[in-house]
Amino acid sequence: MVRREVVGAHYGLRDWLAQRITAVVMLVYTLLVLLALVMLPKFDYAHWQALWQLNLMRYATLLFVVALLFHAWIGVRNIFMDYIKDAGIRLTLYSVVILALIAYGAWAVRILWGR
Amino acid sequence: MSPTVTKTRPKHLNLLQIRLPLPGIISIMHRVSGAVLFLLLPLLLWLFQSSLQSPASFAEFRSVVTHPLMKLVLLGLLWGYLHHLLAGLRHLFLDLDLGTEIEKARLTSIIVLAGGIALTLAIGVALW
Repeated sequence: MVRREVVGAHYGLRDWLAQRITAVVMLVYTLLVLLALVMLPKFDYAHWQALWQLNLMRYATLLFVVALLFHAWIGVRNIFMDYIKDAGIRLTLYSVVILALIAYGAWAVRILWGR
Repeated sequence: MSPTVTKTRPKHLNLLQIRLPLPGIISIMHRVSGAVLFLLLPLLLWLFQSSLQSPASFAEFRSVVTHPLMKLVLLGLLWGYLHHLLAGLRHLFLDLDLGTEIEKARLTSIIVLAGGIALTLAIGVALW
């Protein structure tokens, strides 16, 4: 019997699944936006702004942004895990990315609901 | 204590000497495009914001995105997005054990690469 070295915190499968679910969410959203762009009568401020007043677009975009933030986190973290060997630098980079992503999320909400 | 698996496979990681197979090229492009998309998220959010804030900011948005240099950047981003999307879709099929034979893996790699470029050109032409 061969003993394999098992390492990690057992979040691998969860993240693997999350990466795929968020990808499908973003794929569907991409098709929705393409459809909206094609159906937009004219690309001027009035029509463009009216499109983003629709609750469908707002909530679909919110869902997209949440999916994107998780997806980007897993992807960027994996890149750091592959190339950044120093744990201190890696942890610092993780923190910067997490804070940036949270800020982007808040920014997106402000664009969608605030002005 | 039972023995652990020891890896004695040769490592050959000189990037200038490695010849990546086509699926490998698609794979590294998937990673690079994902990283670039992440890095340019603030730009996209800023553009989205200025397109919606007010009629004046919308006009500014239009003048920014019609600048030739910005068009080039956005076209590159669009390509990154589409390549990442298509390569990701290919990945989902591979997860379902579809297209894992070497010929099919090569063929779908070509489709991803060519499809990304073709869609970028098509959408790019339609938008501008």
